[in-house]
Amino acid sequence: MKKNSVCPFKAVVIGVSTGGVSALKFLLGSLPKNFPAPVLVVTHITPDSDDGLAVLLDTMCTIRVKEADEQEFVVPGTAYLAPANYHLLVERGGSLTFSVDPPVNFARPSVDVLFETAADVFGSALIGVVLTGAGSDGSRGLLRIKQSGGMTIVQEPADAELSSMPESALQMVKADHIVCLNEIPRLLTKLLAG
Amino acid sequence: MTPEELFDIEIQLLMEGVYQVYGYDFREYAESSLRRRLSQWLAGSGCATLSLAQSQILRDRQFFDTLLRGITVNVSEMFRDPAFFKAIREQVVPYLKTYPFVKIWLAGCATGEEAYSMAILLLEEGLKGRFRIYATDINEEVIRKAQDGIYPLQELQHFTRNYQHAGGTGSFSDYYTARYNHAILAPSLRENIVFAAHNLAVDTDFGEMNMILCRNVMIYFKQSLKERVLGLFDSSLLPGGFLCLGTKESLEHRRISDRYDTVAARMPIYRKRYEKK
Repeated sequence: MKKNSVCPFKAVVIGVSTGGVSALKFLLGSLPKNFPAPVLVVTHITPDSDDGLAVLLDTMCTIRVKEADEQEFVVPGTAYLAPANYHLLVERGGSLTFSVDPPVNFARPSVDVLFETAADVFGSALIGVVLTGAGSDGSRGLLRIKQSGGMTIVQEPADAELSSMPESALQMVKADHIVCLNEIPRLLTKLLAG
Repeated sequence: MTPEELFDIEIQLLMEGVYQVYGYDFREYAESSLRRRLSQWLAGSGCATLSLAQSQILRDRQFFDTLLRGITVNVSEMFRDPAFFKAIREQVVPYLKTYPFVKIWLAGCATGEEAYSMAILLLEEGLKGRFRIYATDINEEVIRKAQDGIYPLQELQHFTRNYQHAGGTGSFSDYYTARYNHAILAPSLRENIVFAAHNLAVDTDFGEMNMILCRNVMIYFKQSLKERVLGLFDSSLLPGGFLCLGTKESLEHRRISDRYDTVAARMPIYRKRYEKK
């Protein structure tokens, strides 16, 4: 460990689709209460969903989990879920905004929109994680994170409930880490410790 | 300096120029959405950078119009968020019925879907001939589309489902005629709507409204512009009038919030208080 080590990352962004609920239960449920970065999550949910998933996850996790609010400033130790039917975007200064621009990759919220805007704001101080899911949402966003010097993590496709989203990401990006879901919490904690 | 930082500077310079030349003020728009929309527009513009495009944007009105379209076009749908329209029907309309005539301002009407949805709802609730909807948008091109009231037929299935979930009491197919893969809304719906251009960032208020709807428009604005627009709404709304925002918007922490009561639980529907005499 370096002396006076400062957390080298300012945020973690996660994209997940099919199989997302159980993956998030495990991943967010395994993060310690003092997790040193905010976690921003896009999971593909139906347009009429309420904040039930965030409420449920909050009861199961030691970190705080909530649905993102408009112009909220992100803080460490909290996971923010994109609300149904809105894109979630990060502004300079670390606040969150929404848009109702057309779906991207047939999805709103779209992982790409979160990843690309987060990469613009956090640059190399960002970790992007693509988990289980169908389709290709998240691939372009992960590429942007990589190009901005951030850290990229993709769930091992064979380990994913649905493999096409991680496979698509791996086709586009030479990921820094390709790991099973159960290794990701430890990996994140290690990366964030610097 | 990173390419992203440089792009941000180009955006600031361009928006200042656009304001001075055309009077459209995007300087207080939230940056991340604006950045995405501008980079999409740029990709299709044939220009390598925003700086190179700027010269033509400031001189060529038609070219500027393509940019305006790129920045301001919003997509909508009829009865978007059915639960919201159900709440309007059940918890707001009973109050509206007590007025001889009801004036409604729908700010940011885009291509008109929401205005027609409101017209259908109020007609079904027996307010025929007793209401007018002033539907405004910054973009004159979408207003022309809104006036036409013609939508791709493939969207109608979705609109119909929304209508049913929103508590529609009739048959949605009575409100349109299908022709050549398009649905033309009944002209009688349009009789209740006045479509007009209005720019929330620079124009003044609309007087004496009983209800104002502005859903998912201010999410694109920074705090300062949000406060300006809410002030505009506050001065346009009669006491006892209703202010309706998008699902993820609220009046919390806003300057005007202490003059408003929440009407429905978990719904961004507010009612302006009567001044205490």
